[in-house]
Amino acid sequence: MNARITLATARRVLNQLRRDPRTVALLFVVPAVLLSLLRWMLANQRANFDHIGAPVLAIFPFVAMFVVTSVATLRERTTGTLERLLTMPIHKLDLLLGYAIAFGAVAVVQVGISASLALGPLGLRVAGAGWLLFVVGVLDALLGMALGLFLSAFARTEFQAVQFMPAVVFPQLLLCGLLTPRHSMDAALRTISDLLPLTYAIDAMQRVTRATGVGHGIVIDLVVVAATTVAALLLGAATLRRRSG
Amino acid sequence: MTAAVRVDGLRVRRGGAEILHGIHATISTGSITGLLGPSGSGKTTLLRCLVGVQIIAAGSVDVLGLPAGDPALRTRVGYVTQSPAVYTDLTVIENLRYFAAVVGAHEGDVDRVLDAVGLHDSGSHVVGRLSGGQQTRVSLATALLGTPELLVLDEPTVGLDPVLRRDLWQLFAQLARDGVSLIVSSHVMDEAQHCERLLLLREGSVLADGTPTELCRRAGTDDLDDMFLRLIEAAA
Repeated sequence: MNARITLATARRVLNQLRRDPRTVALLFVVPAVLLSLLRWMLANQRANFDHIGAPVLAIFPFVAMFVVTSVATLRERTTGTLERLLTMPIHKLDLLLGYAIAFGAVAVVQVGISASLALGPLGLRVAGAGWLLFVVGVLDALLGMALGLFLSAFARTEFQAVQFMPAVVFPQLLLCGLLTPRHSMDAALRTISDLLPLTYAIDAMQRVTRATGVGHGIVIDLVVVAATTVAALLLGAATLRRRSG
Repeated sequence: MTAAVRVDGLRVRRGGAEILHGIHATISTGSITGLLGPSGSGKTTLLRCLVGVQIIAAGSVDVLGLPAGDPALRTRVGYVTQSPAVYTDLTVIENLRYFAAVVGAHEGDVDRVLDAVGLHDSGSHVVGRLSGGQQTRVSLATALLGTPELLVLDEPTVGLDPVLRRDLWQLFAQLARDGVSLIVSSHVMDEAQHCERLLLLREGSVLADGTPTELCRRAGTDDLDDMFLRLIEAAA
């Protein structure tokens, strides 16, 4: 592993994003617009907005990061630059951490914009601290990024990569406890829900909504989210093969 | 002369079919070897074996005294794929700076390789907006970063105008004089005249191996295209 190569990779990925201002605008603006739309829909139901505002705040960056990173890494595979890099003295983790740093920086800005908007002009009321909302949001975005990096290995075309979104993200959205409380789920569904990382990401946001301070439960949630992120990055590294058939 | 590359009994299988059927070849240090053959003859697969990205079924490939793909070779071998493997959404300079950081070349090296491929005026251009030939040269410049001792070039001159092609062959000759070993593939037989040695590949086997003069004499013709045809007929 080499810090110089990792940072050069992060800078390179950010440069690529900079050349695609429309994607950057979509990444930053769309979550903010959707949150505003939600606030408008619930104009007469403040309590409901307060209830789901924070979890929804986590979902948008999670989904956006998942799609953007899976397409970006797939592109690296299909254009031959990945094969070229792997003939060079770069460690696989240098490459993945470079991506993680670059998209992590994007997530910080994205969640920063959404969280400021939600807590400020949109008047979202949560029991927990604003900074905690932000930290959980960024960790959830990083989870989406790491899953996207890993799963892109199983897509051969960009069409397939984009289809992983409904295939991998939607079941997690359905079962994470936002649409139906987890305690009212069928036992089998609840077990599946327990195994899905987004469940913990959303649970952390629900805890920020309900309680002040950093409780025991939220720490466990965040450890699970962070551990899954690291595991997905390591599995992603394992899918990068220097030799192929 | 010592061999930069030694290939022994190399077999490659892909999708159940054998692509390379027991290749034997050597490439001498500080020379240009032309790997010629029609498209589909296995040139790219053979080159992929040299850089160590191809899974091989049998045989051995030694590069600069080490097994192909050895981590120690990653700064010593430069590889240019057939389609330019560079970031089309970055500028030429941004591409080269990134790859320079990866191979551990110093900043000034970027200027050197830009000059070498004649792209100095296009440094700030986004690669995706350059012509195909210019993109090929960006990819070539990337392979020249650092101090590669072996350059593996897959059809680097395809689609380039004649002046540019001549310039590149002059660059390759200069590199060879500096001690770099080059293996350059092409499906255009005319390119053979620039090579010190030729390796003719057909349907996954070596059809002939020697200097252009030797091979022409063996085939009894001065014309390179004709030489290939006659060698095929002689082998049949």
